[in-house]
Amino acid sequence: MLMEYLKAFLVGGIICAIGQVLIDYTKLTPARILVSFVVAGVILGGLGLYQPLLDFGGAGASVPLTGFGALLAKGVREAVAEKGFFGIFSGGLTASAAGVAMAIFTSLVTALISKPKDKS
Amino acid sequence: MTAKEYQSASDKAIPHSKSYRNIPMAFLVGGLLCVLGQAVMNLCLYYGMEKDIASACASMSLIILSAVLTGCNIYDNIAQHAGAGTLVPITGFANSMVSPAMEFKTEGYVLGLGAKMFSIAGPVLVYGVSASVIYGLILFIFGR
Amino acid sequence: MATRIGTYTLRLDKPTSIISFAAAGSRKESEGPLGKYFDCINEDSTFGEKTWEKAESTLQKCAVTKALKKAFLTPGDIDLMLAGDLLNQCIGSTYGARQMGIPYLGLYGACSTMAESLLLAALLTEGGMGHRCLAATSSHFCSAERQFRFPLEYGGQRTPTAQWTVTGAGACITALQSGPPYIREVTIGTIEDYGICDINNMGAAMAPAAYATLSHYFHDTGTKPGDFDLILTGDLGVIGSQLLHQLMDEAKLSITANHKDCGLLIYDRIEQDVHAGGSGCGCAATVLCSYILPQIQEGSLKDVLFMATGAMMSPTSVQQGETIPAIAHLLHLSHTSGKEGESC
Repeated sequence: MLMEYLKAFLVGGIICAIGQVLIDYTKLTPARILVSFVVAGVILGGLGLYQPLLDFGGAGASVPLTGFGALLAKGVREAVAEKGFFGIFSGGLTASAAGVAMAIFTSLVTALISKPKDKS
Repeated sequence: MTAKEYQSASDKAIPHSKSYRNIPMAFLVGGLLCVLGQAVMNLCLYYGMEKDIASACASMSLIILSAVLTGCNIYDNIAQHAGAGTLVPITGFANSMVSPAMEFKTEGYVLGLGAKMFSIAGPVLVYGVSASVIYGLILFIFGR
Repeated sequence: MATRIGTYTLRLDKPTSIISFAAAGSRKESEGPLGKYFDCINEDSTFGEKTWEKAESTLQKCAVTKALKKAFLTPGDIDLMLAGDLLNQCIGSTYGARQMGIPYLGLYGACSTMAESLLLAALLTEGGMGHRCLAATSSHFCSAERQFRFPLEYGGQRTPTAQWTVTGAGACITALQSGPPYIREVTIGTIEDYGICDINNMGAAMAPAAYATLSHYFHDTGTKPGDFDLILTGDLGVIGSQLLHQLMDEAKLSITANHKDCGLLIYDRIEQDVHAGGSGCGCAATVLCSYILPQIQEGSLKDVLFMATGAMMSPTSVQQGETIPAIAHLLHLSHTSGKEGESC
């Protein structure tokens, strides 16, 4: 049990540390880093390289945005196997639907009830 | 000084990011967020949910956490120290949607809040989904 | 009428004074080293308004009203107002001037607007086109962030070269024959672009413009840096200042001894965590109107070169990958009019 948390901490921490290296040593803007991580996740997931990381690190691999990318890839792979051509387009968003819908709805609710504040 | 010489003088004048502090902070905060996700996941598994659903629940609870912290004007202050530690986990994706939605509410509910919500998250979906479609096409053509 | 000396510089023949000036700011500015010199501080940076744009207008109006009040004037006593800010279509200034009823000219000079508006006000006053002219500008951290960078609550890390937009406004009123501070010469800047394209490193983009204007001024007037008590730049910050020193040293016009930068004066850079320093139209404007002009007025500073620098890009040009052109306008401010005694 404790091992599981330690693994999640290590894997998640390392993925984030890679992101920080990109921020500090390249001119990539945060938005580009997010895009790169998701696309990297799709590619790694597609090549079958992300699944071992998910098996090892659990949430440590699924919580970072690479995990979101891998989820898109996994969804497409399963949908293509099941539904053929239609699955190419339905798989990705179906697999990630819950997260995306949750993000949209909480954004709306939060924006309705709160206001941005000056930084100090 | 020519423009070229000036550019290299400028590059030399730029102070380096404090990586010795930034990278460990990103590691620590990012790691802790994942541990939190793991805890939710384990809880879901304990109550007999499927692994995929448990994993989705972990992400969803972190999205809610991020939205609450953003709404309470706290997330940006943590992110100032945590850097990629709060950017790369799914919480960063949620923050990138909540913050413009809040900010541009003053420009209306449709073209302000509704449209600007995707100003940073939109590209993530565009390229993520497109990459997955290309992957699907490759699978469909070569994979059978 | 002003006389052109050299290629770039205009000398004001009649003694033209700044008869009143005021600086307005918010909490972060009041906590800075110059906080006590501000004329009005509102701890609440929304200024009681619903949007950040309206807050900026109110802020600018504060500075303008205060400058009028200090000289016992009403808006009706002003013949012309020259103002600008960083917002699209300069709405900060126009909305602030809505109820004033003063003939108005809007300017865009990015962070150089205080120098641009003040030099135009001085020239028009000296040329007899207005008895009293008002120059004003403002910037607001929040309205600038949401227009040029990210939403306020967005969790991005500021780079070490980033500068902090000052929430502040300054206003000056010019008139003839009224005592110090006098405006003696002005140099209108040229657009300079040395190929810097990092939007988070404005200081580096602006330093060449400051260098060009300063060397034009010294060349045109035959003066040298040592002739001035203070050479004050607008918002070059740490990196821009360092680069300007390099450029000036190379041209054998070292200013290291008497150069200061408003972006480094207004905040305690380390304590207030503003990375490379302050920036924005309000940076040069508030430092000038709160801290520098009173010193010239009482004579503890005799001759000051005030030069505000501006980075003239837009979010569109940056996204299209263009480099950042910059400009710097210079005013020679003095405790003496230079019209009697020494030949100047």
